[in-house]
Amino acid sequence: MSAAAHSVVVPSTTAKRVAATLVIVYALISMIPLLWIFATSFKTPPDSIAYPPKIVFTPSIEGYCNLFTTRTRQTREYIDALPAPTGFCDETTRKRNMVIAGPSNFLPRFVNSLVIAFGSTFCAVFLGTLAAYGFSRFRVPLADDLLFFILSTRMMPPIAVAIPIYLMYRELGLSDTALGMILLYTAVNVSLAVWLLKGFIDEIPREYEEAAMIDGYTRLQAFRKVVLPQATTGIAATAIFCLIFAWNEYAFAALLTSGTAQTAPPFIPTIIGEGGQDWPAVAAGTTIFLVPILVFTILLRKQLLRGITFGAVRK
Amino acid sequence: MAEVSLRGVSKSFGDTEAVSELSLDIADGEFVVLLGPTGAGKTTTLRLIAGLERPEAGSILIGGRDVTRVEPASRDTAFVFQQYSLYPHLTVFENLAFPLRSPARRMSEAAVKARVAEVAKLVRIDHKLENRATRLSGGEMQRVAIGRALVRRPAIYLMDEPLSSLDAKLRADLRLELKRIQAELGSTMLYVTHDQIEAMTMADRIGILSEGRLVQIGTPREIYTAPANLHVAARLGRPAINLLPVGLLPDAAAPAGAATIGARTEHIAIGKVNGAVASGAANGRVEWIEHLGDQNHLHVAVAGHKLVTLVDAATELRPGDGVSLQLKNPLYFDAAGARL
Repeated sequence: MSAAAHSVVVPSTTAKRVAATLVIVYALISMIPLLWIFATSFKTPPDSIAYPPKIVFTPSIEGYCNLFTTRTRQTREYIDALPAPTGFCDETTRKRNMVIAGPSNFLPRFVNSLVIAFGSTFCAVFLGTLAAYGFSRFRVPLADDLLFFILSTRMMPPIAVAIPIYLMYRELGLSDTALGMILLYTAVNVSLAVWLLKGFIDEIPREYEEAAMIDGYTRLQAFRKVVLPQATTGIAATAIFCLIFAWNEYAFAALLTSGTAQTAPPFIPTIIGEGGQDWPAVAAGTTIFLVPILVFTILLRKQLLRGITFGAVRK
Repeated sequence: MAEVSLRGVSKSFGDTEAVSELSLDIADGEFVVLLGPTGAGKTTTLRLIAGLERPEAGSILIGGRDVTRVEPASRDTAFVFQQYSLYPHLTVFENLAFPLRSPARRMSEAAVKARVAEVAKLVRIDHKLENRATRLSGGEMQRVAIGRALVRRPAIYLMDEPLSSLDAKLRADLRLELKRIQAELGSTMLYVTHDQIEAMTMADRIGILSEGRLVQIGTPREIYTAPANLHVAARLGRPAINLLPVGLLPDAAAPAGAATIGARTEHIAIGKVNGAVASGAANGRVEWIEHLGDQNHLHVAVAGHKLVTLVDAATELRPGDGVSLQLKNPLYFDAAGARL
């Protein structure tokens, strides 16, 4: 390569093209299942199980209708005797010899997911930031052992403690409560948060806080005014990791929630059972389920990419 | 402004003693420079006064008040760090206003603005107040860092090699500037450096630190002309002092017990010799003349020893010339290194 003499090697055009092709191929492979789910959510039930699979089809929001409603089967005569349908969903349902009986549980389950995932993410990042700062800046007795202990909670498969937690939660009255799930996900995520954030906070020179403390700030004020703003990148990255875990978690949610506090992951598969294999409704539920993580990641993307301390430190 | 005293202060990190039994009095309005090599305990001394470190022994008084156990925020000091000087997430204005906006001070926003504007002008950064701190050159960053200390009127300014990361031209400018500002404000200042020129030009008094101990303190002139020992003598003067065994060069007045002679340029008389050696003058030979621009160093070999002295740019001496060297009231040191 002609540029090999420089310390930073400039990639050749060929290398760039090969890299770009690989990235595109990888992106396509990763995207196909998502695109398939997205497409399925806009198919009619017959189209969704057609063989060979339909790539081109007439879009329909029937899947979304079925996702948000519960329906009951009725005789043709009963349906014909009803007043005129009030909307698309109403009309489609009647064509399938059914009437809408009421709203489904999807919306409350989705709200549960939001509350539990964001709630536990907030708690984990909050506790993680304080703990990481403590480990980073103070001489904590047995710090290495404590950090290892914190990490070790991640080492066993969570399902190994499922039964004890189930029994404890039943005794404590935390079964099927949002608070119980928030506590559980916080406990799982806080170890990840401490380790990730400790790395980020270690990178912030302590001279900044020292300067602030000499300038008349207490340690806590210096932490808020000087450390936190510089740790935003790390906090954002940590929050995304915690959120993705809490949002996607299935096993504990299936075990510990069944009614009022049930989250979307255990709920979505139950849609299949209602009136035949309703794949478009499942796909619609999955598509909507993807949206919050997507939005959150896009919102924090700037924070993730912006190295705000870049160039400020003269080494 | 206030006087600051250290009384028998000691601090060690693990097995290494960074500062040991250091006593130092800085008068109100005085500019004291601590000079010493890396690891001499200069920075630790500043950090002890600021309250960033707690001493194991001794006490620290600021304005007569014992602050040995007081938090940094309540000590009323201002600190300029060697690096990591500015808060990278703030603008220049916000950086300068930061100390004034501390909850401990409760200054009105209008007063903050006025004060920042005043100081920004003083350190000549008023045209870049809205810039992000990270968008400045090294010199501008350090001017802001100094400005951030100057916005307050603390009991003492503590400066930890604030100019060491700058290029020579800027360092010279800021050196003058700092001295001018200090004289104008009449502020008490403790300044740490390993640069003898900074020490000589700015200090009212220089303290020489070595291995955590204060070896000597005095006016620049005293330190230069009457160094307490070899270590201090070697720290000041350019070219560095020549250390020679007694008897190498003819000298009438060597006191009893003298083991080493310290000879600077002004202690050596040089004459060109053509042929016979004048009586009482050693026979040296010019090895090299080094033209540094502002100085010309004459390297002379005398019986296996090398001497470096200043010489006039227009000298007629050439490498290979024989010279006669004579000492004029040089410094004498005993075998332990103390000056006699």
